[in-house]
Amino acid sequence: MKILFRLLIILLFFQNYSLAETSQEVDKISKNLRCLICQGQSVYDSQSDFALSMKIVIQNKIDEGKNDEQIYEYLKAKYGEWIVYDPEVNKNTILLWVLPLILFVFGGILIIRKVSIK
Amino acid sequence: MSKNIKLISIVLFTLFSFFILLKGLDKSNIYSPEIKENNVNFNFKAKYLFSEEEVFINELLNNEGVSLINIWASWCLPCRDEHAYLLNLKSLNKLSIIGINYKDDEKNAKQFLSELGNPYTNIITDPKGINSIEFGAFGVPETYLIDNKSKLIIQKFIGPLDDKSFAKIINLVQ
Repeated sequence: MKILFRLLIILLFFQNYSLAETSQEVDKISKNLRCLICQGQSVYDSQSDFALSMKIVIQNKIDEGKNDEQIYEYLKAKYGEWIVYDPEVNKNTILLWVLPLILFVFGGILIIRKVSIK
Repeated sequence: MSKNIKLISIVLFTLFSFFILLKGLDKSNIYSPEIKENNVNFNFKAKYLFSEEEVFINELLNNEGVSLINIWASWCLPCRDEHAYLLNLKSLNKLSIIGINYKDDEKNAKQFLSELGNPYTNIITDPKGINSIEFGAFGVPETYLIDNKSKLIIQKFIGPLDDKSFAKIINLVQ
């Protein structure tokens, strides 16, 4: 009886483990996706109908053997680029990408000037 | 002199920020993405609402003319509002209307239709909401006008149909 009980515990342990394994991949992808109908939440954070369905779709795509990149591409084709938290470099987003660089260089110049004056 | 420059730049910066924020207020925060792919050649099956059979979406579309795909649910209040438009479109007899029953209880869905009338040529169910994702749907209600020949989405209507979108559909159908 005791052995059976222990076996059961071990079995349950492994079952939970495998469940966690599959949803981890979904978590990872859904953290990078914007929940389009909720403001300021990722698909991972949201419990809206949209986000719940999205997680099922992601799981299905993983089961089909698609990799992360393919899943992002698939969703971008359906919902546009806005769905991913990773803006591509194009003419609308060039300022977004270049501005930190400009600020960095500008700050650097300020520091160098201040130091050399002293 | 340098004090003046400081003051002027602070004032200018404040004004600049103020106008940017003021402009931001008017801007709608509903984002409508540019869709790269609007083909509806889907290879998934969905169950009919009124039978146990499954069907491919493609098989529901004719080979010419346009079809309307409408995502709805009995629990969705705006769907009640737009129902009259769908019934109206059906009475024109110019296009087939395909309903996608989104995350709904089948009993409630059938009740909804017997109460308000059934404008749909065919209804398929979407209990998990994953079929609607294939259309790039955000929620319910949503309506797509589809060109049957090319299987392309001509127009998306996010939210309930209104006079404006109704007129647009009539215009595109004729």
